[in-house]
Amino acid sequence: MNLTLKIWRQKDSSSKGQMVDYKVTEISEHMSFLEMIDVLNEGLVAKGEEPVAFDHDCREGICGMCSMYINGEAHGPDRGVTTCQLHMRMFKDGDTITIEPFRAAAFPVIKDLVVDRSAFDRIQHAGGYISVNTSGNTQDANSIPISKQAADTAMDAATCIGCGACVATCKNSSAMLFVGAKVSQYALLPQGQVEAADRVKNMVAQMDLEGFGNCTNTGACEVECPKGISLDNIARMNRELMKASI
Amino acid sequence: MALNSKVPKGPIKDKWTDYKNKINLVNPANKRHIDVIVVGTGLAGGSASATLAELGYNVKAFAYQDSPRRAHSIAAQGGINAAKNYQGDGDSTYRLFYDTVKGGDYRSREANVYRLAEVSANIIDQCVAQGVPFARDYGGLLDNRSFGGVLVSRTFYAKGQTGQQLLLGAYSAMNRQIARGKIEMFNRHEMLDVVVVDGKARGIIARNLVTGEIERHSAHAVVIASGGYGNVYFLSTNAMGSNVTAGWKIHKKGAYFANPCYTQIHPTCIPRSGDYQSKLTLMSESLRNDGRIWVPKNLEDVKAIREGSKKPTDLSEDERDYYLERRYPAFGNLVPRDVASRAAKERCDAGYGVNATGEAVYLDFAASFIRYGTEQAKIQGINNPSDAKIKELGQEIVRAKYGNLFQMYEKIVDENPYETPMMIYPAVHYTMGGVWVDYNLMTTIPGCYCIGEANFSDHGANRLGASALMQGLADGYFVLPYTIGDYLADDIRTGKISTETPEFEVAENEVKERINFFVNNKGTHSVDYYHKKLGKIMWDKCGMSRNAAGLKEAIEEISALRKDFWQNVSVPGGANEYNEELAKAGRVADFLELGELFAKDALEREESAGGHFREEYQTPEGEAKRLKEFQFVSAWEYKGEPKDAILHKEPLEYENIEVKERSYK
Amino acid sequence: MSVFSADLFNEVSHFMGTNPVVQFALQPVLIFGVVFHFVMGFILELQNTRARNVSYAKNNGGANSTWMSRNMIWSGIAILAFIILHFIDFWFPEINTKFIQGDWSGTMEGVEGFRYYEELVHKFMHPARVAAYVIAFVFLGLHLAHGFTSAFQSVGAASLRKKLEKVGLAYSIIIPLGFIFIALFHHLNH
Repeated sequence: MNLTLKIWRQKDSSSKGQMVDYKVTEISEHMSFLEMIDVLNEGLVAKGEEPVAFDHDCREGICGMCSMYINGEAHGPDRGVTTCQLHMRMFKDGDTITIEPFRAAAFPVIKDLVVDRSAFDRIQHAGGYISVNTSGNTQDANSIPISKQAADTAMDAATCIGCGACVATCKNSSAMLFVGAKVSQYALLPQGQVEAADRVKNMVAQMDLEGFGNCTNTGACEVECPKGISLDNIARMNRELMKASI
Repeated sequence: MALNSKVPKGPIKDKWTDYKNKINLVNPANKRHIDVIVVGTGLAGGSASATLAELGYNVKAFAYQDSPRRAHSIAAQGGINAAKNYQGDGDSTYRLFYDTVKGGDYRSREANVYRLAEVSANIIDQCVAQGVPFARDYGGLLDNRSFGGVLVSRTFYAKGQTGQQLLLGAYSAMNRQIARGKIEMFNRHEMLDVVVVDGKARGIIARNLVTGEIERHSAHAVVIASGGYGNVYFLSTNAMGSNVTAGWKIHKKGAYFANPCYTQIHPTCIPRSGDYQSKLTLMSESLRNDGRIWVPKNLEDVKAIREGSKKPTDLSEDERDYYLERRYPAFGNLVPRDVASRAAKERCDAGYGVNATGEAVYLDFAASFIRYGTEQAKIQGINNPSDAKIKELGQEIVRAKYGNLFQMYEKIVDENPYETPMMIYPAVHYTMGGVWVDYNLMTTIPGCYCIGEANFSDHGANRLGASALMQGLADGYFVLPYTIGDYLADDIRTGKISTETPEFEVAENEVKERINFFVNNKGTHSVDYYHKKLGKIMWDKCGMSRNAAGLKEAIEEISALRKDFWQNVSVPGGANEYNEELAKAGRVADFLELGELFAKDALEREESAGGHFREEYQTPEGEAKRLKEFQFVSAWEYKGEPKDAILHKEPLEYENIEVKERSYK
Repeated sequence: MSVFSADLFNEVSHFMGTNPVVQFALQPVLIFGVVFHFVMGFILELQNTRARNVSYAKNNGGANSTWMSRNMIWSGIAILAFIILHFIDFWFPEINTKFIQGDWSGTMEGVEGFRYYEELVHKFMHPARVAAYVIAFVFLGLHLAHGFTSAFQSVGAASLRKKLEKVGLAYSIIIPLGFIFIALFHHLNH
């Protein structure tokens, strides 16, 4: 298929960017979206032009590196996928596709489609852990039974890949789904109880400091999340925060 | 220099404990004055960084990704082995040790493997304490599954995302130390050289991938945890950015590179679909617990399926060849990876491949739908369930176990694997070879350590499933933090290492020169052009089976390709900016050297062992033929061109295991 | 009540208008609540707008969320405008009569008995005002359609949010519809 691409090009964080039009031809429907961009870039390199910079690494939907806003949706029109798992069969011959970086004040653009998501790391530094040293003498793993349901729900929250689609998609650029997932994982497990109150307070405070917006419960994040992280995690975080503040 | 593995004396089960008891320690007040650089933040590097920082060392950690959480350990799906014997099925430290040595085709160092098995149980305890949500059964206790090449259930898992959960565990431990200021994190940085001062590793030269700035970083020890070099094949299941650069740079500065030809080709990957493909996708080996692998018995059926006139589900049981069950009745579909991969290649080479490229076999879950469905019907008290009901109940169970993998398959291939068998084909996945290290995990450069997939130590010629995560975390959490102290104990009076020395100056200039060459060369071919060519040579001639003639050709071709690369490579953009093509150029340059050493190593290893299969050395039944005279580690010393590399042999002795024919029949 | 009986409406209106609990306890709480709600709403909106300094060239919000949830600020502003109109219509005159002129009788010259019903009917004679009321209540419906369940989510009761989804929807239709009915009834009957 042949496509027209409208892509955000920005030299570096201090430059002004703009949308630029490109054409790609002979795209196979079996290609992933990133392989389509590879084809575009190969053409650009051959012409001596600078290829479009974009973040990507594992290309199997787990590293959370890819961060494209395609036709007005984070990771494009498919559900439950990252950009690397979005396939060209989702598009039609002759389509025009708009490709932008994830946008949020807390995610400044580094170049083209590459954004800086270190705000997520700093939120985790503020409390995204259980304070246990590596001694090798921790108690036996089976000494605290954890109900299957709690373990599974914690796991569902823990599958977050930190890609930032929730922030990109949210009309408020809120990071509540990301932070809610992390808070939930530990809140659901007995190991996480000791530090629960400080954890949620510190992580939420850091989230606000980073300049993310507030949650108005539009639910867009849950729909666009490639891992299907549930809105329940946001409610759980709200609950944890209230508990911690009282 | 003669190789000294520094394996401690004494009975194997006491070696590690006795050694730890007598090792030099650094007192807490002195640790504050010692810096350690860790390159790579996957399971090995991440766990090592966190633990070293907890101990009190000042850690500088480097990752080329934008966060440690994105290292490719995250993509490991199936699980992590540990000799916990929670299932009461006869597992023990010795059995895990035995399985790993046998699985590695008797080409790994006995003492290292035993230590790995010994600390494996601690890993699970540690990870649970960190809040890793491993799968549990209804009683609230940890669940296990079985993996290839073993007869017990010792694999712990977190759905199909075990690597992700373990990495996030290590990352959370790092976060705690970053918050305390004990780890200084350098994201989007790539190490481009190691700096050796007075014979000791004292720092690195790194490039800031955002600004292009070349930075000097000093430390009292350098730890390389940069993963494997599977991307030398261009197409592999590795992440796009995975590279050998850190390992190769230390090799060029004096670290021996061991067994480069030992590569694991993983049997359950999604087949290649076209030339545009940028990478291959693996599906967990755990699928082989419930899936049966087959190709049609008759070539007419193969033809009909390729033409689309027949569907795989049209073939009766009699018309199918379950070749693993046929050839290896004892282990069946759960033979080790090298055996399963080679068997798939054998069938496809014979013309039985089931897709258009002729490189695919079926992985069929129909039987397990029925098996699980019947069981569920009993549990739920459904009398005389219909076939459809049984299938539905069975699919529910399979969905709960592997739902994410089935979904991934459907997204990529656009076929519903619940209705038609999956197609799979082997793909490059893991490299057992790597930088040579002694028992302390130190390379032949004093003060330079290498851990995780980047080193060669524990898996011999073939790695068993769910052992990579185990090794990465064992090295990082429980081995290196002890052994590095033995070396650093002599450094308590050294003080801060200056970066304003001639050694740093020279290393930085070399790095800058190379970068300037790339951006100024203005050649005719892109970096990917060379990478793809190299990958094709590697796959065709150093792939699942190798022969002397092919390997000789490969050496010539890679050497010529490298020459061409250094004349005609084209890198757009500048040096002092975000430049992905420039970063790739440096990585491919190193792959072009490694690839040749790889072929040379494969040529000189005149036997078949594990992932290294030489066509000249096979049994009449087509199994790998191992030779006693090659019972050694090949450690290569850099001498300029790869062809000039000097071979050092570390003999392998087995005192606690009888070296037998490795049979899974 | 005004639909069923003018007298009953007058009685209740007078009670509400003169009872000290309603006037001096409930009324200020309600006013404070409303003011707090919209001031916070505006601050929230301001922070949220600031959280994205460069907007998307193409954004397909409809793919993942409802119009109501994305436009609470606009439905809210419409309702605020209505409240202002409502105040001008009824509340300011009432305050003027009771607190400034000190007339707590609830009667008016030329009207037999209490004056409230008469005033109500009078206001709803202008079609423009009725239209404004109707539109405002449509916005109230839209505001509630998201706001009702959203409130449960915000206080951490995710399971209640899901259980009460239908109740919320019904609430956000029935209440505004009732008010619309009152406005239309009085307009059409006179």
